[in-house]
Amino acid sequence: MSDDWPLFEVFIRARSGLEHKHVGSLHAADVRMAIEHARDVYTRRQEGVSIWVVRSSEIVASDPEEAEALFEPARDKVYRHPTFYTIPDEVKNL
Amino acid sequence: MYTQALDSPAPEARPGSSGGQAALERRFEERIERDEKIEPKDWMPDAYRQTLIRQISQHAHSEIVGMLPEGNWITRAPSLRRKAVLIAKVQDEGGHGMYLYSAAETLGIARAELLEQLLDGRAKYSSIFNYPTLTWADVGAIGWLVDGAAIMNQIPICRCSYGPYARAMVRICKEESFHQRQGFEIMLALARGTGEQRAMAQDALNRWWWPSIMMFGPSDATSTHTAQSMRWRIKRFTNDELRQKFIDVTVPQAEFLGLKIPDPALRRDEISQHYLTGPIDWSEFKAVLQGNGPCNHERLQARRTAHEAGRWVREAAAAYAAKHGGRGAQPRSAAHIASPRAEAPCHE
Repeated sequence: MSDDWPLFEVFIRARSGLEHKHVGSLHAADVRMAIEHARDVYTRRQEGVSIWVVRSSEIVASDPEEAEALFEPARDKVYRHPTFYTIPDEVKNL
Repeated sequence: MYTQALDSPAPEARPGSSGGQAALERRFEERIERDEKIEPKDWMPDAYRQTLIRQISQHAHSEIVGMLPEGNWITRAPSLRRKAVLIAKVQDEGGHGMYLYSAAETLGIARAELLEQLLDGRAKYSSIFNYPTLTWADVGAIGWLVDGAAIMNQIPICRCSYGPYARAMVRICKEESFHQRQGFEIMLALARGTGEQRAMAQDALNRWWWPSIMMFGPSDATSTHTAQSMRWRIKRFTNDELRQKFIDVTVPQAEFLGLKIPDPALRRDEISQHYLTGPIDWSEFKAVLQGNGPCNHERLQARRTAHEAGRWVREAAAAYAAKHGGRGAQPRSAAHIASPRAEAPCHE
């Protein structure tokens, strides 16, 4: 059996004004075919107005093992959120 | 449907990560216990991975082979409306196969390997697709019963512990609801038609009823995978629980159609409020599963022929891609997004 075509990740903009969002992946011989396959596989019900495809091998991902080191430091910094601050009720527009 | 091609090493390959197999397994079990989703790059026990590969790929194969019995009627659909609907449904099944193959690939198995397993007969797919579609009413019965049973099976998998499988299933369930409704509509048209049309609908129900309720798999007492899959939260209900749910919702639908479920022992139990069926003939299920159903040979042969007949197209596409550096005849907008410096020499 021949080798698989390269794998692409597919991102779709649902309608103008929204960001492209990852919806899945597919195999295609080249980028043009990847766009056409993405249209058939992921937009059969008007799910999008724009498609991005990118070779999966081009995506660099963070390592789940490092999740703690990367994301934990933000956990005790609640002062980054507006609800951390107590303001008297009579003060308006703040 | 994140893929295995992402360029970080598999966690198993990292020496000395977080103190040994037992600790990893305990952490995994705790995550499952908290109903957290497991994602492709997370550590998982090999048995969990293998179970998912088996289940997701069987599911994908079922979608692909499932295109055949109905595809058989596209050219003979009784009206343009029915034909357009049937084409859309069969195309959806193909799409569902694609979502599921992608989900299986995130577990580290190649698409080519999955296809090979299907084509050489090693892989299993739902035995329901080894029955023939003899009349137009069969297309109605498949939508109503087979898709109905599939939906009943699939809705709980939307909450499966493995993220990519759960996400694929959410898409599939959203799309599948029209499949069942169009099938029931076909049955309704026949049931309200001439005597001959009613007989056709009844005949289809007679042939599809038992295979449909067998789609939920062997009874709990004999199912080998159920207990472990439930512990891992891949499965949320047992085969018998799902079968009972399906029977309870479907019997009143048959009554509405004025059709008779082909089970003389069927009765409603007033205490449990469930419909109780007569004994299921599991020897038939096993025979079909082992390759001796009416269409097993024909279905696989159709897939093999399609694969072989498409070989030159795949080779031509690969050659074209190689010639154009994998970029194809792309639209201008794609060139712009792929590289802000689209004029750069990387184009060839």
